[in-house]
Amino acid sequence: MAVCVAVIAKENYPLYIRSVPAENELKFHYMVHTSLDVVDEKISAMGKALVDQRELYLGLLYPTEDYKVYGYVTNSKVKFVMVVDSSNTALRDNEIRSMFRKLHNSYTDVMCNPFYNPGDRIQSSLQINTDLTSACHRGASQRSFHVRVFQTCSWELPVSPHTAPEGLLVAGPSMAW
Amino acid sequence: MEAAAGGGCGSGPPLLLSEGEQQCYSELFARCAGAAGGGPGPGPPEAARAAPGAATAASGPVADLFRASQLPGETLHQITELCGAKRVGYFGPTQFYVALKLIAAAQSGLPVRIESIKCELPLPRFMMSKTDAEIRFGNTGELHGTKVQVPYLITEKNTFKRMDDEDKQETQSPTMSPLASPPSSPPHYQRVPLSHGYSKLRSSTEQMHPAPYEARQPLVQPEGPSLGGPGAKPPRHQASLIRSFSVERELQDNNSSYPDEPWRITEEQREYYVNQFRSLQPDPSSFISGSVAKNFFTKSKLSIPELSYIWELSDADCDGALTLPEFCAAFHLIVARKNGYPLPEGLPPTLQPEYLQAAFPKPKWECPLFDSYSESMPANQQPHDLNRMEKLSIKDMADFPVPIQDVTGDDKQALKSAADEALPKDMSEDSASKSGLLPPPPALPPRPCPLQSEQTSEAELHPQLSRAPSQAAESSPTKKDIPYSQPPSKPIRRKFRPENQATENQEPSTTAGGPASVATVKPHPAVQKQSSKQKKAIQTAIRKNKEANAVLARLNSELQQQLKEVHQERIALENQLEQLRPVTVL
Repeated sequence: MAVCVAVIAKENYPLYIRSVPAENELKFHYMVHTSLDVVDEKISAMGKALVDQRELYLGLLYPTEDYKVYGYVTNSKVKFVMVVDSSNTALRDNEIRSMFRKLHNSYTDVMCNPFYNPGDRIQSSLQINTDLTSACHRGASQRSFHVRVFQTCSWELPVSPHTAPEGLLVAGPSMAW
Repeated sequence: MEAAAGGGCGSGPPLLLSEGEQQCYSELFARCAGAAGGGPGPGPPEAARAAPGAATAASGPVADLFRASQLPGETLHQITELCGAKRVGYFGPTQFYVALKLIAAAQSGLPVRIESIKCELPLPRFMMSKTDAEIRFGNTGELHGTKVQVPYLITEKNTFKRMDDEDKQETQSPTMSPLASPPSSPPHYQRVPLSHGYSKLRSSTEQMHPAPYEARQPLVQPEGPSLGGPGAKPPRHQASLIRSFSVERELQDNNSSYPDEPWRITEEQREYYVNQFRSLQPDPSSFISGSVAKNFFTKSKLSIPELSYIWELSDADCDGALTLPEFCAAFHLIVARKNGYPLPEGLPPTLQPEYLQAAFPKPKWECPLFDSYSESMPANQQPHDLNRMEKLSIKDMADFPVPIQDVTGDDKQALKSAADEALPKDMSEDSASKSGLLPPPPALPPRPCPLQSEQTSEAELHPQLSRAPSQAAESSPTKKDIPYSQPPSKPIRRKFRPENQATENQEPSTTAGGPASVATVKPHPAVQKQSSKQKKAIQTAIRKNKEANAVLARLNSELQQQLKEVHQERIALENQLEQLRPVTVL
């Protein structure tokens, strides 16, 4: 079971990162951060071949004793990183691949929204209905992306759509890597 | 409740109407039904379907009438349910009468129940648009105080109808007062409620704004007893108000008091949206690209996150472009949002593209050329399928301009004739006075249709890769960005789609393309089997020709390229020869 999902932009800053148990968030962020090096390594190793032939799914990036980290990169160098609980041995490679594929689909749907500027954070739009004069202009509202990521990872969505997943929402400043 | 409603709408034993009520209701009903016949055929097709036998009132004028009763939307909703119109799907005479009786009950303060209509009630009261006030009462300047009005109301009502509770009348006189922009003569006045209702009904089908008058009621009523105010106001604010009231206001009232939902698009709104669509994209069966739509919707001055959310809701197939139904849904959501409605969690069923296309089928769009690339569709979606088809295959048809022009030409005529009556003035005024929602949108040229058509042609190519491994096709992925698609299920993805997924999906798409094109034909109802078969055959033929065409075009371009190179080589060689020749000669 995935415990953390992250979408990293080309310049290696995070666009979206969510982890399910509210505690240990920082640990997962750190793991994702360190995994970026491995991702870059893998990309450059395969980079000699034509772009077409490079596999998007990077596979296991590195294992720790409790968790495994998987990576996936798109052709536009947007990286998806997923941290999975090691205790779940039933999780196979194919499943991870399919999860990444769904993530990728969700991400492209976010891209299709003309109001989303590539490079913006993918934010949860739960303030829309409550705050009429929302001054939040930077990130587009990507609620469906949020929902789909949660569904892909079989996480539970917050009960009421109007309560922001406080425990899960990552504070902005801490994300500035 | 069901039984009671059923009983009420069956042979109608529980419904007792006095003479006055009978007359009033039958006239109202005739108005509604007549307006239905004369109007542009508003409302869902159920009204037409229910036509055989009994006369039915179309839901458009009926809805206007109900709105004019000034009851809250919830109540109207209940009434519609109770009277059985929802159940049977149309407003027959029984349903209509029951509904009117329920409205009267509600206005008298009784709960909306079938039992309420068994007791004696005053006639239901309807506000009319102030233009009717104008029509009916040339100068309404002379008005009296409340006290004078109320006695008129009471006395006239009592003489005309059965004996009523005077208390009820008085407590509701404020609502009556705007209605009473009356002349002084009692006999004239006693016809006011009915005539107002009629003229309102009649004009509502032609006019767009019963609402402005209603909208001003809150302004008028706080003025209180001085009916000189309300009476004098209507003439002053007459035509200018009608015009200067934005579509937003109208929509707000339409939305807020419509019995069903605020998310239902009325015919007028639909016309307006279609016009706006056409201003952005002349071909109503094609689509608006994301950037064009973004510029357009940004003018609505909603915040970016809200617009983004609206887009998420309305772009059902997530292709970065809006077809006409998607555009209408998005526009409607924007208008609703500007009027203060919270955005829904999901797209309401009345705004789904399938629903919109089924509810407002445009006859001209049923072009025999188009069959379905459709995904799983509900039944009876032939027009919808065609429209979906048109969206997808509009790119296919880029090389066949003739049929498209026919279709769009007809579309334009059909839309134009319907829209011209309702909207020209509104358009001109809106451009002047709108709050920035729709300043005359600049005629943005439709975004790369040629690009998309080329992408489509490449997508069409991909299914052919397995069959015709032309090198031209092979090289296409490297040439272009991301022409991948699964033609039957999704239109072309935008350039963010990675190529690798294109290669990944080519194999599935090749296999999916074949069976999907066959499978997608199956959901059609049996009724239109033959025509759909023909369409399918024509469609496949067209597709094949298109694919072949695309292949040949690509080959052509490749060969041209090679020819150019060969030319250059030749020129180079000739130059060399020239240089060498003097040597050899020597």
